[in-house]
Amino acid sequence: MSILAYNGGCVVAMRGKDCVAIATDHRFGVQAQTIDTDFEKVHQVAPKMFLGLVGLQTDILTVRERLAFRKKLYEIRENREMTPKVFSSMLSNFLYERRFGPYFIEPVIAGLDPKTSEPFICNMDLIGCPNVPDDFVVAGTCGEQLYGMCETLWKPDLEPDQLFEVISQSMINAFDRDAISGWGASVYIIEKDKITVKKLKTRMD
Amino acid sequence: MATERYSFSLTTFSPSGKLVQIEYALAAVAAGASSVGILASNGVVIATENKPKSTLYEEGTIHRVEMVAEHIGMVYSGMGPDYRLLVRNARKLAQNYFLTYKEPIPVVQLVQRVANLMQEYTQSGGVRPFGVSLLICGWDHQEERPYLFQCDPSGSYFAWKATAMGKNAVNGKTFLEKRYSDDLELDDAIYNAIKTLKESFEGKMTANHIEVGICDKTGFKRLDTATINDHLANI
Repeated sequence: MSILAYNGGCVVAMRGKDCVAIATDHRFGVQAQTIDTDFEKVHQVAPKMFLGLVGLQTDILTVRERLAFRKKLYEIRENREMTPKVFSSMLSNFLYERRFGPYFIEPVIAGLDPKTSEPFICNMDLIGCPNVPDDFVVAGTCGEQLYGMCETLWKPDLEPDQLFEVISQSMINAFDRDAISGWGASVYIIEKDKITVKKLKTRMD
Repeated sequence: MATERYSFSLTTFSPSGKLVQIEYALAAVAAGASSVGILASNGVVIATENKPKSTLYEEGTIHRVEMVAEHIGMVYSGMGPDYRLLVRNARKLAQNYFLTYKEPIPVVQLVQRVANLMQEYTQSGGVRPFGVSLLICGWDHQEERPYLFQCDPSGSYFAWKATAMGKNAVNGKTFLEKRYSDDLELDDAIYNAIKTLKESFEGKMTANHIEVGICDKTGFKRLDTATINDHLANI
């Protein structure tokens, strides 16, 4: 089995009308054995930017800390907030530095530009090849299922509450078809003037 | 004799608190060809003398005004060969930034990095400080305004509204103090920059003997002789 699927888990992000949403499951396991059902893979890295990391748990923690370090240095050096676009280029470069001994993670970035509030979503493979679409991005052990759900439910210009519904249904129905994802989910809706966090109760088996 | 004792090691302070090698580097700058820079409301201009020492020189092949990135350019007073090294490094720094962040480097950041390089040459072994001062001008895409910076051999840097360096820098600055105003437009700034150079210019000034670089929101460019001639005609 791939080391990327050792701990299980999944993340999905979507663009809506002047908003973005990002969702994560709650499972942390070791192969088939579930260890924790409260492990969130999405982290707030700026007031309007979230980073989702799936893959090997130890690398998730390392990458998160190293990125926070680089981001803080940038913000002190330049005395301004990092935009999601800049953050993802930095992350892409960071991952490619380990081209021949990569961190076993797949990142997803979702956020609004701090100045223009332009929605931004992006994902990468483990060596930092970026993908910036204008609909949705998926990552994790049920990536295929997520693609299927997102392609069926997503449409352009969804309002925040509609977007919440679409991303939640995509997430739940995708990870119910995966043994190593699920055990609850969190959904973050990022709008210009507010961020809504919602916890989803799902089947725990 | 007292100053000579401290004049060889770069990193030894003289009793009066000076690093004399750096002072000598500044002397090399003060002896160099003069250059000026003026900030306008919608752009920035840098200009310099480029007078050949002999009539046998082929004109228009060696440039003193150089582009660093699409939105940044620079000029120098002092030693030509040292300048080439700084230009090459500055271009590398700008591209490095762009590759990392996919965003053009802010002028302040480039200036800080070039200044850092110049500082390293005041404290490293086997090197001497740069014999140049730089004028770095550029457009800041974040703040949507132009910037004009000066970088000295010591590694210190300043943001100017208008300044002059090299021979006759003192006269040039006094002249600019009288001429400068905050609502200057780019064309007025070019006019004033050439006028400042002309104050100390020996002999007749022609388009081939000065260089002008301008930068606005569309980017940096070096003016060609025809355009400089047009500006000279106004003077």
